[in-house]
Amino acid sequence: MRSEGSLAVKIAAGLGLAFLIAPLLVIVAYAFTTEERSFVWPPPGLTLKWFGVAWERTDVWAALTLSLRVAAVATILALILGTLTAMAVARSRFFGRDAVSLLVILPIALPGIITGIALRSAFATFEIPFSFWTIVVGHATFCIVVVYNNAVARLRRMSGSLVEASMDLGATGFQTFRHIVLPNVGTALLAGGMLAFALSFDEVIVTTFTAGQQQTLPLWMLEELIRPRQRPVTNVVALVVIAVTFIPILLAFYLTGADEQTAAAAGK
Amino acid sequence: MSVAEAIAPPPRSLTGRLSDGLWRAPKLAVLLLLAPALLWLAIVYLGSLATLLRQSFFSLEEFSGLIVEDYTLATYAELFQPANFDIIVRTVAMAACVSVASAIVGFPIAYVAARYCRGAWKAAFYLAVMLPLWSSYLVKVYAWKLMLAREGILTWAFAKVGLTPVLDWALALPGIGGPSLSTSYIGTFLVFLYIWLPYMILPTQAALERVPGGLIAASADLGATPWATFRHVILPLAMPGVVAGSIFTFSLTLGDYIIPQIVGSGRYFIGQAVYVQQGTAGNIPLAAAFTVVPILIMGVYLAIARRLGAFDAL
Repeated sequence: MRSEGSLAVKIAAGLGLAFLIAPLLVIVAYAFTTEERSFVWPPPGLTLKWFGVAWERTDVWAALTLSLRVAAVATILALILGTLTAMAVARSRFFGRDAVSLLVILPIALPGIITGIALRSAFATFEIPFSFWTIVVGHATFCIVVVYNNAVARLRRMSGSLVEASMDLGATGFQTFRHIVLPNVGTALLAGGMLAFALSFDEVIVTTFTAGQQQTLPLWMLEELIRPRQRPVTNVVALVVIAVTFIPILLAFYLTGADEQTAAAAGK
Repeated sequence: MSVAEAIAPPPRSLTGRLSDGLWRAPKLAVLLLLAPALLWLAIVYLGSLATLLRQSFFSLEEFSGLIVEDYTLATYAELFQPANFDIIVRTVAMAACVSVASAIVGFPIAYVAARYCRGAWKAAFYLAVMLPLWSSYLVKVYAWKLMLAREGILTWAFAKVGLTPVLDWALALPGIGGPSLSTSYIGTFLVFLYIWLPYMILPTQAALERVPGGLIAASADLGATPWATFRHVILPLAMPGVVAGSIFTFSLTLGDYIIPQIVGSGRYFIGQAVYVQQGTAGNIPLAAAFTVVPILIMGVYLAIARRLGAFDAL
């Protein structure tokens, strides 16, 4: 296979990777620019001033806190629901198994705006006021699939004889789960949980419809994108958001190895 | 040791007996495991979808602006008015362009990552795809707004290498051009391509990694040129992965309403139409009817993808 064709392919791949990475570097550069009103490139000068300004902004802090709280609760819900479903689907064949997989994947397979407007119309029909919990309900719904995908992949690779050996030695189903299954899938669940957290922390489309007057960090960001008030602060927040989401992703990567992550696990 | 000693005594604790009972009734055990998530998804998700769909069969009283709760297809007929139908055509065309382009840009990356990279290089490729995938959606859109701005990095780069006339020519193209990159369809297309590209790369790469090396060796032994091997062995086996990726790129483009709002010519896509109809316009039946369009399109798309074997490549 190593022929004249491969060099061209490698160059195309290199250009493609540059296309993927360059915009993230641009964000880093803009966080330090001295220019306040326009997006001029190259930056006329570099400064750390905007980090201090952003630090003083109470609206940013409030949005950040709300986002973290929502992400934490949604992740816990998704972990419980996703793990249970994964155990059912991974270890047995039953009527409607494909339908269950489809139902779990549906909230990310269909565009987020559909989930969002569907939830909003349901809240309106049943006269449920917008609150912290309406945001959480929306987020948990599409986070289940991330946990589910990670757990299913790990459970399928886990040897069934481990469970049988444990049961043969007299352990109950719950003891087997606690001492055999959980240690085996633990890192996959941790990875799934962190990805769910990152997904919820970043979500904007469903949140627009379920937040009412509340502002999560992505909603704050969207507001700034549509009606910019202070561009340098937005630049700094953008850099911080990138940094915050990278940590769980890198951890998830080291916990599971590259092979378990698929596009489905990452779907938004 | 007698048989009686070898068999564990029946458990006395409550959890022990419960566990035994569940082991004997595997169907009940599966049902109990499934129940929480299924109830959640059925009530919260399908329930919401159902309320939404019901609304699409209502209509809006033109003079009073009130919703008439009688079942009618009038709202669906509105979708075929030129102004609304244009929105649908524009969105589907954009989704198709983005899917094809991401297959073309993504394939070499997936191919090199799957066939040439080992060890540290493989991890580097993987992270280079995962970092943009997982970094904040809005921050990525924001980065492109910075880059596409008239005074931004792209205009600067084109000027540096003396290609400003090429840029001006592209922006002057009828239909897809505009006063600047950030207010043209070219800009919208670039941002869509960037944001959804990783979703194409990952399944394509997974499919390519599953191509057995023996098949490629056999093809070469039988005298095929590398190109013939690629065309007749590798590409057909990678296709399910590409189709799986296109499910994401197509579906995500169909439903997005933020990218065309921030970077684009200002003409609506389906997502924006839904947003405006349910929000400021207060026409929830029309908004609901609009959301049915991507559901139907994705239903057809998923059915075709399934026949092409894309579900196994997810």
